[in-house]
Amino acid sequence: MDWSALKLSFELAAWTVLILLPVGIGVGRLLAVKQFRGKAWVEALLALPLVLPPTVLGFYLLVAMGGDSTVGRIYESLVGRTLVFNFEGLLVASVIFNLPFAIQPIQRGFEAIAPEVRDAAACCGLSAWRTLWRIELPLAWSGLLSAVVLTFAHTLGEFGVVLMVGGNIPGETQTIAIAIYDRVQAFDHAGAGIMSAALLLISLIAIGAAYFASSRAQARRHG
Amino acid sequence: MAEPGIHVRLRQQGPIPLDATLSCAPGEVLALVGPSGSGKTSILRAIAGLLQVQQGSIRINGDAWFDAGQSINWPARRRRVGYVFQNYALFPHLSALHNVMEALLEYPPAERERRARETLSRVRLAGLEERLPRNLSGGQQQRVAVARALAREPRVLLLDEPFSAVDRATRQRLYRELAELRRELAMPVILVTHDLDEALMLADRLCVLHQGRTLQTGTPHDLMTRPDSVEVAQLVGLRNVFRAGVIAHDESRNVTTIEWRGHRLEARLQPAFAAGQQVTWAIPQGHLILHRRDRPSLGERENPVSGTVTECISLGENVALTVAVNGPERPPLFLNLPAHTARRNGIAAGVTIGISLLAEGIHLMPADESRTPARPG
Repeated sequence: MDWSALKLSFELAAWTVLILLPVGIGVGRLLAVKQFRGKAWVEALLALPLVLPPTVLGFYLLVAMGGDSTVGRIYESLVGRTLVFNFEGLLVASVIFNLPFAIQPIQRGFEAIAPEVRDAAACCGLSAWRTLWRIELPLAWSGLLSAVVLTFAHTLGEFGVVLMVGGNIPGETQTIAIAIYDRVQAFDHAGAGIMSAALLLISLIAIGAAYFASSRAQARRHG
Repeated sequence: MAEPGIHVRLRQQGPIPLDATLSCAPGEVLALVGPSGSGKTSILRAIAGLLQVQQGSIRINGDAWFDAGQSINWPARRRRVGYVFQNYALFPHLSALHNVMEALLEYPPAERERRARETLSRVRLAGLEERLPRNLSGGQQQRVAVARALAREPRVLLLDEPFSAVDRATRQRLYRELAELRRELAMPVILVTHDLDEALMLADRLCVLHQGRTLQTGTPHDLMTRPDSVEVAQLVGLRNVFRAGVIAHDESRNVTTIEWRGHRLEARLQPAFAAGQQVTWAIPQGHLILHRRDRPSLGERENPVSGTVTECISLGENVALTVAVNGPERPPLFLNLPAHTARRNGIAAGVTIGISLLAEGIHLMPADESRTPARPG
């Protein structure tokens, strides 16, 4: 078992969730509540990582963040190291790649709230923050949970984008999914098997917990 | 000194066309009535600040909540309205108590709870404070919604079809409760309903709407007996609406004579319509008197007409008659009678009956040109 790869994967997943949760709440709510011109295009753009081959996205991110790019150069001059082939680059790629996994469940969660409930909150004198905190988030919580679990599990298992942007540097950018690939390449099937089983178990527990919680929430709603 | 109560003037071309003017005094219940899509709920939402209208103003006791001319538009949460939504819109994850407490955020927590409990007991929900909305009956949910709306001591209470989601028996009980409650309320109350009977029962005044336009506002009696137009007459459920010509006015007798299908009918004096002018006239049910077949009475001298019953439908304790006057091809008279009266008089389809059209009830309106071909007489 490659513990450093597992630890790195967990760190990457945790940071990705931490960054994407507020983004998902903001963008998901906006898409659920507001109508604006070009909304369909924004939604399509945000859903793109779902259908794009990870290597394609990884390639574009590599080009956009690489040492020859403006972003890459600015980052290097500020921090003193390259953005790609580092944890930070991995995190940026992971955040972008997980956008639909974080935003869509949250958006569905907000969409399921009857518009009159928001109106009622306004008529009760609730501020926008209080409405979000006290009314909308508790009602959309199963969407939030799905977003957290999907983003976390998906980051743990991500391979293509991570390999393209991060390379395969043990202890630096080698995540568990890449480590499994590495072991298979080295004919270490036992090592690959253990790590695969661990990943399977973690993913199953996470997804199972999310489904369980959401079915309970649904049962309560229809109680 | 500003005029007390709420004064609303709303105008816009679209997306929801509105041309509405209405006022409601403190303690008064004003019902907005009209068919689906007539703009009732839009007006309520505009008053609450939930719908932005292009032109007009909304003033309450002199304060402008909205004035398009002066670019004033208070957000909903600052307007202090009590709004009871059609499906109540309770916060489903909060108990009855916390639903009400959310409307009391301006008070410290202890005071908030005390006031919420007090308001809930005012609407007879003491003991159910901890229940979630889904564990309350439709009637109880409605009361939580009313409590939440009243808790904030709103400057206006807005009720959007508040009785539509409960069964008939509960509705009757809630009517009584609202009638009792309203005696204690010092704010204007605006009730939206598509049910005319509900409006007649609960409101001091009715405002009739059609396609976003306020057609007429008045007491139920005014609207039923003095509609401004055929449109209003039909929207308030008057079915006996016909065309006639004005013959003459007799001020000494307080009478206007009209000619209808060869009958000279005397109506109360309505000099606004010139002799010779074509008019539409309407008469409410209460001004139609059936002639007793066994014992003629004095009232029968007043505008007697006779006709043949073409349809006799039993509706519980009442009977709805369709009576052809001067031939079955012309629009008939509709007459509702208690079932026992119909039985005693031997009324059935095919029987000829006499009816008096009481002069006091004959109300003249401008001729409705749009209906000329459909309603020839």
